[in-house]
Amino acid sequence: MPFDYAPAPESRSIVDIESNYGLFIGGSFIEPTSGGFFKTINPATEEVLSEVAEAGQADVDAAVAAARRAYDKTWSKMSGKDRAKYIFRIARLIQERSRELAVLETLDNGKPIRESRDVDLPLVAAHFFYHAGWADKLEFAGYGPDPKSLGVAAQVIPWNFPLLMLAWKVAPALACGNTVVLKPAETTPLTALAFADICQQAGLPPGVVNIITGAGETGRMLVEHPDVDKVAFTGSTEVGKAIQRAVAGTKKKLTLELGGKAANIVFDDAPIDQAIEGIVNGIYFNQGHVCCAGSRLLLQESVADEALASLKRRLTTLRLGDPLDKNTDIGAINSSMQLSKIEELTASGEAEGAERWSPTCAIPDKGFWFPPTVFTNVTQAHRIAREEIFGPVLSVLTFRTPEEAVAKANNTPFGLSAGIWTEKGSRILWMANQMRAGIVWANTFNRFDPTSPFGGFKESGFGREGGVQGLGAYLNVEDPS
Amino acid sequence: MGLEGRAATLATRSIKKDSKIWAIDTAISMVDLTTLEGMDTDGKVRALCAKALHPDPTDPTCPAVAAVCVYGDLVATTRACVGDRVHVAAVATAFPSGRASMDVKLMDTKQAVADGADEIDMVIDRGAFLAGNYAKVFEEIVAVKEACGDAHLKVILETGELKTYDNVRRASWLAMQAGADFIKTSTGKVSPAATLPVTLLMLEAVRDFADQTGTRIGVKAAGGIKTSKDAIRYLVMVKETVGEDWLNPDMFRFGASSLLNDLLMQRQRMRDGHYSGPDYVTID
Amino acid sequence: MSRVDVRKTHKLFIGGAFPRSESGRTYEVTDSKEQFLANMALASRKDARDAVLAARSAVAKWSSATAYNRGQVLYRIAEVMEGRREQFISEVSDSEGVSSRKAGAHVDAAIDRWVWYAGWADKYAQVIGNTNPVAGPFFNFSVPEPTGVVAAVAPQDASVLGLVSVVAPIIVTGNAVIVMPSSSRPIPAITLAECLATSDVPAGVVNILTGAPAEVMPWLAEHADVNALDLTGIVDEGVAADLERSAAGTVKRVRGAAPHADWQATPSLSRMRAFVEVKTVWHPMGV
Repeated sequence: MPFDYAPAPESRSIVDIESNYGLFIGGSFIEPTSGGFFKTINPATEEVLSEVAEAGQADVDAAVAAARRAYDKTWSKMSGKDRAKYIFRIARLIQERSRELAVLETLDNGKPIRESRDVDLPLVAAHFFYHAGWADKLEFAGYGPDPKSLGVAAQVIPWNFPLLMLAWKVAPALACGNTVVLKPAETTPLTALAFADICQQAGLPPGVVNIITGAGETGRMLVEHPDVDKVAFTGSTEVGKAIQRAVAGTKKKLTLELGGKAANIVFDDAPIDQAIEGIVNGIYFNQGHVCCAGSRLLLQESVADEALASLKRRLTTLRLGDPLDKNTDIGAINSSMQLSKIEELTASGEAEGAERWSPTCAIPDKGFWFPPTVFTNVTQAHRIAREEIFGPVLSVLTFRTPEEAVAKANNTPFGLSAGIWTEKGSRILWMANQMRAGIVWANTFNRFDPTSPFGGFKESGFGREGGVQGLGAYLNVEDPS
Repeated sequence: MGLEGRAATLATRSIKKDSKIWAIDTAISMVDLTTLEGMDTDGKVRALCAKALHPDPTDPTCPAVAAVCVYGDLVATTRACVGDRVHVAAVATAFPSGRASMDVKLMDTKQAVADGADEIDMVIDRGAFLAGNYAKVFEEIVAVKEACGDAHLKVILETGELKTYDNVRRASWLAMQAGADFIKTSTGKVSPAATLPVTLLMLEAVRDFADQTGTRIGVKAAGGIKTSKDAIRYLVMVKETVGEDWLNPDMFRFGASSLLNDLLMQRQRMRDGHYSGPDYVTID
Repeated sequence: MSRVDVRKTHKLFIGGAFPRSESGRTYEVTDSKEQFLANMALASRKDARDAVLAARSAVAKWSSATAYNRGQVLYRIAEVMEGRREQFISEVSDSEGVSSRKAGAHVDAAIDRWVWYAGWADKYAQVIGNTNPVAGPFFNFSVPEPTGVVAAVAPQDASVLGLVSVVAPIIVTGNAVIVMPSSSRPIPAITLAECLATSDVPAGVVNILTGAPAEVMPWLAEHADVNALDLTGIVDEGVAADLERSAAGTVKRVRGAAPHADWQATPSLSRMRAFVEVKTVWHPMGV
């Protein structure tokens, strides 16, 4: 039966990657003064895509100084109405260049084009549109009659949703009247650099947005810079804690969006096929490189066997391979380092007695890949039930009563998200109320929207991104009394 | 919600070249070529039968459709035209509303079978279903199945009137347990007719029924499927949900009329390398 | 010859009870003229630990009490304080070395602050929370939920008004608090504890540890079962920085030092926002 899917690769010719990129400081690309260059690769092929500047202390100083100048001279003095127009321009340009940006994102990150095209880019544009409209309406946001901007924002973002995380950081910062210095992750700098080009295209005043590239050390210099007023970080809990320590004793306002170990709880009355879709979307979306991923599946014992069988059958239909192929569901792991981490944790799962299962799927010869994986017979004591794996690995636990589900779901230092699958309305609301998590998805999972605040409880961080609550992260809302 | 998301994802799967040629021929062979109008005549039905046997008169390699689907009073004419080369399906049980007495419904069925129909497309009593009288719906299907004798029974749920996915799921199970050989989305007289999500739901029901009982039930998506692209999306969904065992006319059908010409034009385009036009396929 | 007065040794307030410090330690507090006022319990690390236990066990029930009920409970505190207004005025006057008239203004403002926050109990969620018009068929709403257990340092100068201004917003939003009142002017805090104990505040919702913040707060800042710090009353910037650093160990929320705020000013939402977590719930809409 010759009924197979044809490879449908998105054309690369739409992107024009330069052989090397400088730092975007004060409105133009400049050579790094103190650092060298580092390579960024396509994780699906290990091909070198470009060389990117590594910002050192002098470059960080220059970027912060440019942001300060732009804040003092231009941006803080501009009317909200005019700030809004620049942000609207950026939103439009992102829509116009969305195909190009989606391909670039997939090349640099390894995520399936279906996701970068249908999820990341539409959300990026929507985020700028939403916040553009706030710029001249901040007095209605509930933070008092005349909320003030903070100044220069230092922003450090991760590699899992490179351009979307940039949007979550830059859009509210600009709307609230701050200028920014943003550092993308070292493995995924290209869309941020394309965004710098968009800022130029939009005619954004020089220095309002500065993009500096580099690794952890550059990020450390940025958040520790004394002339920064605001630090926003999305990434691992470990680094988040270091940043919280670093800003201790300063006047810098801090928001953190860190790791998670979300429970996705399936009750026996849930529509199983729908729940399976939610479970798959919850943990295999973006190769599980999602801080709010539903990485712990809690099945009510009475439906556990049936649900597991359905899940496994569904996983056999997942297609792993070329991220640029529109048929691909599971792309490449972002880096060899991340792959090693996933391998190490899954090995611990087996060693600790959990049962490992993956559908048979061909793994490409080159690049970094990990098959969708399910662990059963997992208990709360296993490392794979406690630590964030950040990969396409699902740990399955069971429960008997709603109380037990709540106890297990909350039994973690994290508190970013949770999923609930049940047909009973009163139980949904009770469960949602019990979850110690910032986002609760009931009968759905991994939905995002610029109007919907995102952020965690406990060690998953503090502050919100998106929605009216997200504005509070970029305004001076603290009143001494 | 899950259904709609999954259906939308599958709709973006890419089918090209040999797979597309195969898919178009398979889709043609799955068509129940249908005329269900008050103005139907023997002449209209004879034309339709000719088309069913030779959808593309310029190309003898083009497969015949699965069946011709007509009102009961036109079964004899239809059977006379097609012989035993394609199936003859009759809509029965007071199609499309299902509003008649049990005796009338059974007579309707028996007469169609006696006239030569080997497939009966019955409608369920949606009124009874929505009133919660599931036993009545069930018993009616059982009785019609018995009246069918050797003829295959397709049970039309009329999903556009059941409105909710929960109802469709329940009706699917009810029909399968009552002895349906096929479950069918719609009469084509109510909008919406077949949709990808609702068909996905019925495919899931069929899959789970086969898992639990070992009995394989067919699915017919009827109404609203007009383009080759649509048809291929349905085939992708069949493949991903119930597997390749259902990718044949014994297990999956399209209830359609205008779809066939679009499939034929696509077929010609694949064969000739350029786009075809409506004057190069026959009107029925 | 005047009567020989009964000298007091005040105790801590933990879990609704008044225990001595587990360490047995006390310290002496004097008025603004260095005259003896009372002995105070000098809280230790273990008292802090006990207070965290008491606060944690109180928080589940308190946070799930209805907003209406929390408002009633806070209002009741104002009623009980009003009944002991004269006592508060004399204690504030002694402690802070201010005139009775000025002390009266402080005490009145403190009572009024309870009333102000009591009224917020069933309103802040409407102002801080909302529904979100997401681009899709979902019902999406955001609600503020209590952070949990908060360890706070009240201002050193404003012995009652500052204390109430710190504690009220923390508990009205459903949190439990362990608060260290002014070290040198702690007596009104103990009187407040007596008011709390005889009002309707459930045991453990407010815990008061007298003593030295620099000694006890580091334990609370590092305690993994404390969710947030309110450093309002910390005067020494170095101590505040150390506590903020310790807080990072479990990503605690920290409200920074503001030792000399104008406590007579009408507050804003700021303090209530500081110790709530916004939870956002999504549910599909469809038939």
